[in-house]
Amino acid sequence: MKYLDEFRNGELAHRLVTKIHQLAGDREITLMEVCGTHTMSIFRYGLPTLLPPNIRLLSGPGCPVCVTPNGYLDQAVAYVREKNIILTTFGDMIRVPGSSSSLERKRVREGNVQVVYSTLQALKIAGDNPHKRVVFFGVGFETTSPTVAASLVKAKREKINNYLVLSAHKLIPPAMEVLVSEPELNIDGFICPGHVSTIIGAEPYKAIAEGRHIPCVIAGFEPLDILQAIYMLISQIEKGRAEVGIQYRRAVRGEGNPRALSLLEEVFEVEDTYWRGLGVIPASGLKIGDKYGQFDAEKVLDIEAEETKEDRGCICGDILRGMKTPGDCPLFKTICRPENPLGACMVSSEGTCAAYYKYGEV
Amino acid sequence: MKETKRILLTHGSGGKLSGELVREVFLAEFDNDILAELTDAAILKLAGTSLAFTTDSYVVNPLFFPGGDIGKLSICGTVNDLAVMGAKPLFISCALIMEEGLDYSILRRVVKSMQKAAEAAGVTIVAGDTRVVEKGGADGLFITTAGIGLVDKELSLSAKKVKTGDKVILSGTIGDHSLAVLGERGNLDFRTEIESDCAPLHDLIARVLKVSRKIRFMRDPTRGGLAAALNEIARESGLGILIEERSVPIKEAVKSLAELLGFDLFSLANEGKVVLIVAPEEAERVSNEMRGHELGKESHIIGEIVAEPKGKVGLRTLVGGTRIVDMPVGEQLPRIC
Repeated sequence: MKYLDEFRNGELAHRLVTKIHQLAGDREITLMEVCGTHTMSIFRYGLPTLLPPNIRLLSGPGCPVCVTPNGYLDQAVAYVREKNIILTTFGDMIRVPGSSSSLERKRVREGNVQVVYSTLQALKIAGDNPHKRVVFFGVGFETTSPTVAASLVKAKREKINNYLVLSAHKLIPPAMEVLVSEPELNIDGFICPGHVSTIIGAEPYKAIAEGRHIPCVIAGFEPLDILQAIYMLISQIEKGRAEVGIQYRRAVRGEGNPRALSLLEEVFEVEDTYWRGLGVIPASGLKIGDKYGQFDAEKVLDIEAEETKEDRGCICGDILRGMKTPGDCPLFKTICRPENPLGACMVSSEGTCAAYYKYGEV
Repeated sequence: MKETKRILLTHGSGGKLSGELVREVFLAEFDNDILAELTDAAILKLAGTSLAFTTDSYVVNPLFFPGGDIGKLSICGTVNDLAVMGAKPLFISCALIMEEGLDYSILRRVVKSMQKAAEAAGVTIVAGDTRVVEKGGADGLFITTAGIGLVDKELSLSAKKVKTGDKVILSGTIGDHSLAVLGERGNLDFRTEIESDCAPLHDLIARVLKVSRKIRFMRDPTRGGLAAALNEIARESGLGILIEERSVPIKEAVKSLAELLGFDLFSLANEGKVVLIVAPEEAERVSNEMRGHELGKESHIIGEIVAEPKGKVGLRTLVGGTRIVDMPVGEQLPRIC
């Protein structure tokens, strides 16, 4: 396929891998990627089996489904109990277990949960069902939040007043700041998320690169993109430099996407928010601002959720911080499996545990 | 609070939960040696002959899609389940569950299509039944077919015969059927040129059985796709399978759409493809023979049987890394066949 096959070329990959082996020598290097799509691509193409053993790839909190705390799920499940509400969300959220149920189980019983591919589809459902309230359960990072913002602007303009958003949106750079402060992790470099960076650009990573002296490279998602980003990171490490590099030049500009950023500004306000595994991170969440308060499900709907229980005995938290790998969890592959997930890292198709389970090394 | 165990859409996906359902519920009750083989069709030794017998239900939404319809699907699917067991498909029965209000002309179109497919596959529809349920009790039309075929007594295909070093042959591109049905559902905001691969495989299979006596086993990768078919073979044979990603044929349009929607091509359903496990010395000859047939033009040797890891399917990726291809979990797309 044009523009994809080129980035999956076996011969070029072989050349890059050889260069990585030469450049890295026997230096111990730990690189972290903070994007679920990177995690999946790394495993889908078996990249760890190509790298020297002294290069360690860690998966950070890059899966939005995984870092969403149970409280939001319980709230969404509570909405589904209401007869006059249609809950819409992206496919991955459906199967995530909350404290005692999941949207998939609720869908079986109540039927008013719909999977959508875009927020505009949710908005259309609202337009088509004027006598119901249509709640979009929004989960995601800077890549998805502008589309949610756009749907709210459209709802306001077209007076689709039965459309509501439950916003669990989060920002990536503040989470990276927390991770570099973890002394046990010893991160030598970040593979920065490509999609998120198309929106936010390179600027927000400067605090980490220049302030904390940790190299950052914004990478695309094809195997050659990731291998090249790894090569760029090792080059920086080798030269003792720490800056924000852009490997994914075909999509990312230094200044990001000003229009998307102004949409975020228009609709959302930054707040402190809780991340599964990382705790409360200052200024890392997006709540709907007062100007769009009429569409904020949390403000408008007064529906009580069950009491939230977080602990299932799994080590999702440590996995999301890159402290442990799925193999360290006693539940992994035994009780916690994709068909019966206990923790969010297994439920989401972009979760670290799901990646390990699905693609494992041969 | 523990919730009652209920049937989820995932149970019908042909993946891990479907397998569990079959073993935990059905096999547990209907315990017998013939069923326990869990092949696409049961092999019955009767009065000196060997018969293949199978049944399948079809609930596709929408009823008509590019490249086929529920009628053609209901004949081809059952014909193929017989054919992959090495049988010459002969007779089919059909049962139709119709929703009150179904347009008479739609029914006629479907039945006409069934007859056309039956003629193409050389089978006769010899028995049938109809039921009507009240509006909402079904979605338009559901069809169940059963089929009988005659198996050459000399022939014995079984996953247990698979040996290390055997080659894996695939008869053509994967994912076409799933995405053709999805495209027709109208919830994509664009049109695709993808057509279902729905076709009867009896002739292609009869042809390869004529040129080689060293075909160990065959399977048609329908629900659960190539991933499920290969995992079942690995599991039943107790050996491993290593697939070369670059050898697996995929249409450009299918690849693009799957990429866009985040679908795993290996788990998407096919309705006119067959996977064969063949002794290494005959693999080239078999795949060349297949390429001479309309339905096998893009046949490829896509991998081989390996000793380790046992019961698992590995993939050498386009960039040379290796990873596991697991049994699919969860629904990628509901009601595609």
